[in-house]
Amino acid sequence: MIPEVSQLFPQDNILGWIIQIVWLAFFVVFMFYGQRIQMYVMLREVQSSLFRLKLIRDKGRKTAIATIKELGKPKEDPTPKVDQFLEYIAIAPQNMDPSGIVWKLEHILDVRDTRFKDEVKLMAPEADKTQVNNLENTLEAALALNIIYKVIRHFYLLGKKTLSLYIIMQIQMILPLIMKEAEAFASALKAFSSGQPIGDGAGALVAAKLMQGHKKRKIAKDVVVATVPLEGRTAYVLKAEGPGGNVGKPGEAMKNIIEENGGKIVTLIVIDAAQKLEGEKTGEVAEGVGVAIGGPGVEQYKVEETVLKYKIPVNAVIIKEDIGDAVSPMRKEIFGAADTAIERIKRLILERTKKGDSLIIAGIGNTIGIGQ
Amino acid sequence: MSETAPSMKKFSFFFLAIVFITLALSIAAFFQAYDAYMLGEIENVYFFVLIGVSGLALSTYMVFQTRRRALKLAFRPPRIATTILCQKCGFKNIRDFERGDFIFKETEECPKCKEKTKITSIFREVKEKKKRWG
Ligand SMILES: [Zn+2]
Repeated sequence: MIPEVSQLFPQDNILGWIIQIVWLAFFVVFMFYGQRIQMYVMLREVQSSLFRLKLIRDKGRKTAIATIKELGKPKEDPTPKVDQFLEYIAIAPQNMDPSGIVWKLEHILDVRDTRFKDEVKLMAPEADKTQVNNLENTLEAALALNIIYKVIRHFYLLGKKTLSLYIIMQIQMILPLIMKEAEAFASALKAFSSGQPIGDGAGALVAAKLMQGHKKRKIAKDVVVATVPLEGRTAYVLKAEGPGGNVGKPGEAMKNIIEENGGKIVTLIVIDAAQKLEGEKTGEVAEGVGVAIGGPGVEQYKVEETVLKYKIPVNAVIIKEDIGDAVSPMRKEIFGAADTAIERIKRLILERTKKGDSLIIAGIGNTIGIGQ
Repeated sequence: MSETAPSMKKFSFFFLAIVFITLALSIAAFFQAYDAYMLGEIENVYFFVLIGVSGLALSTYMVFQTRRRALKLAFRPPRIATTILCQKCGFKNIRDFERGDFIFKETEECPKCKEKTKITSIFREVKEKKKRWG
């Protein structure tokens, strides 16, 4: 038995009337204020995410300060210095005339790096070199969290002030991605503060495994190289100098090795962690060509310039992981992928080179928690 | 740092008011249903029971929604395992990560042969949810 629609709203009692009126009011309100209500809902969503971002940021700041106190044993409270650090900005070079911009960018990044390290040394006088690197990484993660929070807060307050749907909408739409990134930075901060290897170090781990038991020497800023006999070939295996948090200058290092050998390098194999697509498996190993070096692009540019000059083929071996895994403590799958990558490298060498050839194997990534 | 961040109360007044009004309306609907039943108006009984049940469902859903959001804020640090391996006799020891550990670090003496041991791996294990699209 199905009652008719008109019967759904009985009119012979008080509650029936109330419901009728509510029903009507509902329509009127939504007709005239629908967009505004939607806007308030979005604004609330941004607000609750913002609240969460604030929690994450404050927790990060606290962890950073606690770690500095623990490792650096400063005489005075480092809190004001940390707060000052969290507001640091680096201004990218002017790109109106882009020629030569790579070197300008590199210079600014170098200055920033030196400045950060000096700052950390002042904050934590007792910390050793590894700990200074780790603390610097920790503070950088805290800085990133602070910037994310402040940008979202900016758009939230701006949206609230102007009540412009478009300002609120654009921030609400990308919010899930931003939250994912913030959570990644939060777990990175945790890993950095205790010196745990992170997923991004997959490339460095491969190189470290290959150079075990061989003599290492420094080849560029924060980069070490070992000459490793591999399947009858000479492999120059390089990685950032661990176990402190460090990416080094692998591009510079490869350039130096190629020039040391007068360009007589048969091939270049670059191993790096790369962002996987949703649905792909974490720790999957893929091959390709090209210089797989992430970051601001300065190092990639240097290698590309040099290999072009000597016409050296470049092979890439990448280990897939998502952004969360890349900056949080290394997962078992990624650790296991290092052995798969080594198998692939050996096969690549057998296929692409002859006995007696020289080649470069570069493990890219942050080497925190990975020695050599 | 200038702070004008929003402060979140656990339940806002507005939210509580909505929940209470919905609850009151649905209880009233149940009474009306009872009245209608007594008067023998079967269609009205169905209607009021429907209103009452959906009102109840809506208000409980709203309350649970906020509870879930509150639970999500909790953050559990993952367990990180350090594996120590003796290069000579193959003695293996897995323990929790400690500050100062790093992969390929030479650490404490092997309890069996007094040789130096090495950290061979540091990783975290993640229990992955069942995948459907793999
Ligand atoms: Zn032993």
